[in-house]
Amino acid sequence: MLARLSQRYGVLIALAAIIALLPLVFPSTYYYRVASLVWVSAFAAIGLNILMGKAGQVSLGHAGFFGIGAYAAAIGPAHLGLPSLAALVVGAGFSALLAYLVGRPILRLRGHYLAIATLGFGALVALVITTESHWTGGPDGMPVAKLSLFGWRAGGSGTWYWIAGGLLLGGAWIAFNLDETPTGRAFRALHDSEIAARVTGIDVNRFKLQAFVIAAVYASLAGSALAMMNGFVNPDQAGFLHSIELVTMVVLGGLGSVVGSIVGAAVLIMLPQFLTVFQEYENLLLGFIIIVSMIFMREGIVPTARRLISRGRA
Amino acid sequence: MTILKVDDIGIAFGGVKAIDGVSFSVDAGQIFSIIGPNGAGKTTLFNVISGIYEANRGRVELSGENVTSFTPDALATRGLSRTFQNLQIFQRMTAVENVMVGRHLRERCNLFADLFRLPSVIRQNRNTRDAALNFLGEVGLRGSADMLAGSLSYGACKRLEIARALAAEPNVLLLDEPAAGCNSVETEEIDRLIWRVAEKGIAVVLVEHDMKLVMKISHRILVLERGRLLIEGSPREVRDNPAVLEAYLGKHGARQPARA
Repeated sequence: MLARLSQRYGVLIALAAIIALLPLVFPSTYYYRVASLVWVSAFAAIGLNILMGKAGQVSLGHAGFFGIGAYAAAIGPAHLGLPSLAALVVGAGFSALLAYLVGRPILRLRGHYLAIATLGFGALVALVITTESHWTGGPDGMPVAKLSLFGWRAGGSGTWYWIAGGLLLGGAWIAFNLDETPTGRAFRALHDSEIAARVTGIDVNRFKLQAFVIAAVYASLAGSALAMMNGFVNPDQAGFLHSIELVTMVVLGGLGSVVGSIVGAAVLIMLPQFLTVFQEYENLLLGFIIIVSMIFMREGIVPTARRLISRGRA
Repeated sequence: MTILKVDDIGIAFGGVKAIDGVSFSVDAGQIFSIIGPNGAGKTTLFNVISGIYEANRGRVELSGENVTSFTPDALATRGLSRTFQNLQIFQRMTAVENVMVGRHLRERCNLFADLFRLPSVIRQNRNTRDAALNFLGEVGLRGSADMLAGSLSYGACKRLEIARALAAEPNVLLLDEPAAGCNSVETEEIDRLIWRVAEKGIAVVLVEHDMKLVMKISHRILVLERGRLLIEGSPREVRDNPAVLEAYLGKHGARQPARA
């Protein structure tokens, strides 16, 4: 246990060091932006990984919560006169409430049925955002007020790099925390054998719901952060493709692995930037790379790497 | 003192009566075995008692409380614990973590305290781990505590399931074929383990095919045949009953003086 404890803090310290030192090798401010995007996406992926990797429940509509967070950050200051930070909190609270209300009935479904139900939820959120145009600007999206704290305004990509990095560290810390707690064990137990979890007294519906709400809050906070960072939101952020992108980050990086979610997010955000040189073949190549890596690293990048390293040691 | 009382339980699947009017009761510290040919309904009966199936009729009482149609987790809070015939361990967790899950109901579980891993959570985790290690020790698996449960041998997994069930400190323990697939040494260990469990005052209900083990350790034996209660009695009464031989070996076999 001690080994695992130090390993966990080791990972957090390493992550903090990477966040702190990375800017030294950035050739231009553009890289601050890409890295911030990775941190924010990784934050959302870590949350989704708690639901998918730990508790073993799928969500194909998670961008719905991301979109709610993003639009909360936009609508709060613009229409309701809320400060940005309060809007972010309200968005997360609303996402949690919605996850609770939607999750109660649909988390009783399993496997493919749950996947379809969550997909439907995501589609519904995207639809509402697109149609309620007097609130949301419709398909064109809307501008977002800059984050301001006590008169200080978070402006350029440099500032946002640090905010996103801090957010990611906090998210990773919480995800690691869960592992060795009754809640975290209940998640993993119901993932491995729901029936055994139930006879040991675990109320599986309650814990599935908790994992769903946690993942929704992560997504919502990430959405708010991205919206404030970009200064703009559009309905794509709540759309189906974005949901799939989040799931891909989690699975590609490694189910159940916090580091995996960060790696998965990094690959999915950065790869398209590198592949732009191939112009119209960009998406084709991206898809091809994902397929090949899933064939050869079925457990995901980080668990596969970890296995290879420990085999090399033995 | 009667801990578990099963009264006139019946359950049918698509018109087939899997269990038909079975009643029995088990006292604290008693080892009560349920035997019968394959398909007699032993595991079905377990699934009804532990709340996995809902009976069509009848009543189950735990320590005097009517718990018919309770969910498995509600039954667990009332002191019922069980193992499974086909292993149901948490493969991706370590052995000790499996047993720690068994202590779920003995732990305070608060989402916010857990998310921030407050000092109380860390303290509790340490206590839970110590307790779990003791239960692992009881089944002889202390040395494998930090191994992934999925990498343990079949016999070790069987004992791990028992440790997990014991960790809940139950009043009633249902064991579904604990010795299946075990060699004679492992069976011997399980034999002693069941004795120790019963000595603590836990009512043990056992489904088992190993007749030697059943005859040796049971206080009472119930024989099921095609979902019906054939006979209930002491090991001697059951062994000497011609109807039992007939159920196992058919009419032909019963005519010869076979030894069970």
